[in-house]
Amino acid sequence: MVSKKHLNQTVAFWLFRAMSLFVVLTLVAILYFIVSRGISAINWDFITKGPEQGMVKGGIFPAIVGTLCLIVGSLIFAFPIGVSSAIYMHEYMKEGRLKSFLQLMTNNLAGVPSIVFGLFGMALFVNKMKFGDSILAGSLTLGLLALPVIIRTTEEALKAVDNSFRLASFAMGASKLYTIKKIVLPIAMPDIITGLILSIGRVSGETAPILFTVAAYFLPRLPHSWYDQVMALPYHLYVLATSGTNIEEARPVAFGTALVLILIVLITNLFANGIRAYYNNKYKK
Amino acid sequence: MLGYWAYNVQPLFKNKSVKKVFEVFQVGVLATSSFITSITVLLIIFFLFKEGVNTFRKSLLEDGYVLSVSKSNPVSEISPLDIKDIFDQKITNWKQVGGNDDSIQLFSVDDLPKYYTEAQIGTELEYIGTCLNNYVATHPRALAYFPQKKHLENFAGKLIKVGSVGVYEFIKGKEWLPTAKPVAQLGILPLLLGTLWVSLGAILLALPFGLATAIFMAEIAHPTARKVLRPVIELLAGIPSVVYGFFGLIVIVPFVQSVFRLDVGETALSGSIILAIMALPTIISIAEDAIRNVPKNMREASLAMGATQWQTIQKVVMPYARSGIMTAVVLGIGRAVGETMAVLMVTGNAANMPHTFLQPVRTIPATIAAELGEASNGGLHYSALFALGCILFLLTMALNLYVQLRLKKAYK
Repeated sequence: MVSKKHLNQTVAFWLFRAMSLFVVLTLVAILYFIVSRGISAINWDFITKGPEQGMVKGGIFPAIVGTLCLIVGSLIFAFPIGVSSAIYMHEYMKEGRLKSFLQLMTNNLAGVPSIVFGLFGMALFVNKMKFGDSILAGSLTLGLLALPVIIRTTEEALKAVDNSFRLASFAMGASKLYTIKKIVLPIAMPDIITGLILSIGRVSGETAPILFTVAAYFLPRLPHSWYDQVMALPYHLYVLATSGTNIEEARPVAFGTALVLILIVLITNLFANGIRAYYNNKYKK
Repeated sequence: MLGYWAYNVQPLFKNKSVKKVFEVFQVGVLATSSFITSITVLLIIFFLFKEGVNTFRKSLLEDGYVLSVSKSNPVSEISPLDIKDIFDQKITNWKQVGGNDDSIQLFSVDDLPKYYTEAQIGTELEYIGTCLNNYVATHPRALAYFPQKKHLENFAGKLIKVGSVGVYEFIKGKEWLPTAKPVAQLGILPLLLGTLWVSLGAILLALPFGLATAIFMAEIAHPTARKVLRPVIELLAGIPSVVYGFFGLIVIVPFVQSVFRLDVGETALSGSIILAIMALPTIISIAEDAIRNVPKNMREASLAMGATQWQTIQKVVMPYARSGIMTAVVLGIGRAVGETMAVLMVTGNAANMPHTFLQPVRTIPATIAAELGEASNGGLHYSALFALGCILFLLTMALNLYVQLRLKKAYK
């Protein structure tokens, strides 16, 4: 004999199971859809050749190179500053108004819409500092966007370092800076690197910030300096999907480009999780 | 770069005081970099608002052109909306804009040959100024519209003052025609409403599913199932918005079109569906954390009283986690409001007032992304897009501050 309240519970729980399954299926369906259609477009030529015949044939090599330039450019700038910022905020600052203000600002920056970063990058880097549409301007814009992610993950990493390590080091007469360099950072490094890798995924997929700071509609040659424009994968996908000369014929290339973008996210995620798992196991032993 | 250099370079001297100075310098570098995000936020505010406020200073009249009437005409100022109606032939009498009871005669430079011979205008168009002068002086009913450079020093007519848009009209205006001639219409109400409709629709769709999944993961699922789900959801949070937009364009847009038998599938509903999918990971992970943070003894007390697990979730867990779930909702709205590419690709981008979910709408971020490329640097349109950016920034900032204050309270 099942009482009413137990029946209620059974019904409710099955409803939740069904809804969760629906959510997961939707997400899997998106992945399957892109992967199944994109996989046939991807081959060696697709990765190593430039677009041909009004972008309906050929490959996406210039866009891949452009995205790589932007990843490297933005992280060269954002990684050291972000990590230093997190170190100072977590290791040196005392709890108080200034610290909570700085944290508030970091969280606010994380919430700023990407198109606003695009506007800002255009106003400051492209127009005011006269970099023009260039890798430099785009990298700086994307770097600012990646900063909160890097700061947050570094702070989490520093928080996870047990305080006894610091105290032991101080007890041996080491200075604070020395302790951070030789004890805290090496322990926190795997998690910091994980954050760096995750921000690669974030930076590579952003479209709105690069629309007006670097992205070129069609530019088959490779960049020579950091004042050059480049094509970038996400913008290339946008162009292929909405405003190419022949949208229907460009579909296979668009699916291929979408798959490459997903692969970047997938690989960076797997890599980050792998590093995390490896060091967690090592640490436990 | 400086930080990295300071970190790695060892002091050349073994002297203790030099070493000390170097340490202070290194800590100084760290301290300076901790202000980077605050400086960036301030710079964003400065640059956005500096350009944005120009919208309210620049004349709405097309750059380099003037509107003029004869000196005998009592009208000296016409509102931008009236000017548009005059040129659309909706207003045809001077009385409607505060003048004499007489019909309005529109006149532009192209109409000159109708009134003057080629000899009078000049083969090189060198006498255009004289002709314009003559025309405006002799036609009291005329409203003339011509380039400024053609207008002579001692002009016989009177220039119509066209003001700039006011903050109130900017927000309440129902027409967004930033490149209309002769006067631009800058009313952002359709864009604002479009943004809110699409975002709220997304949250209404995402919330039940997100909450159900969060409850499932936190309360019902086997730990192994949870271990599988978590990375999948994390992965989905990382997929670029342009890929979601592409998926929406190819799958959701035709789906909406065929289900509702519409002429076009690019509607507010399509935008809401794709945004709901994109907001799910945020909502699920924050709501799950909130549910997990409910103290164990509260659950156990409820279960010990004979309540079922479902009753416990309903009466104990949910009320306790309510604040955290609200945070998830607000954060999800914030994401949806600022999302650009996916919305740009699936909502059809018609700047009309939204009436139903089944018509094309245009959001603020999509407007900026679509139009900034065409707006000339420093012009009225350019400033207006920055003003839109300011509004978007303020909107998301307000949502963010709300979330953070709430979180802070929850931790206390």
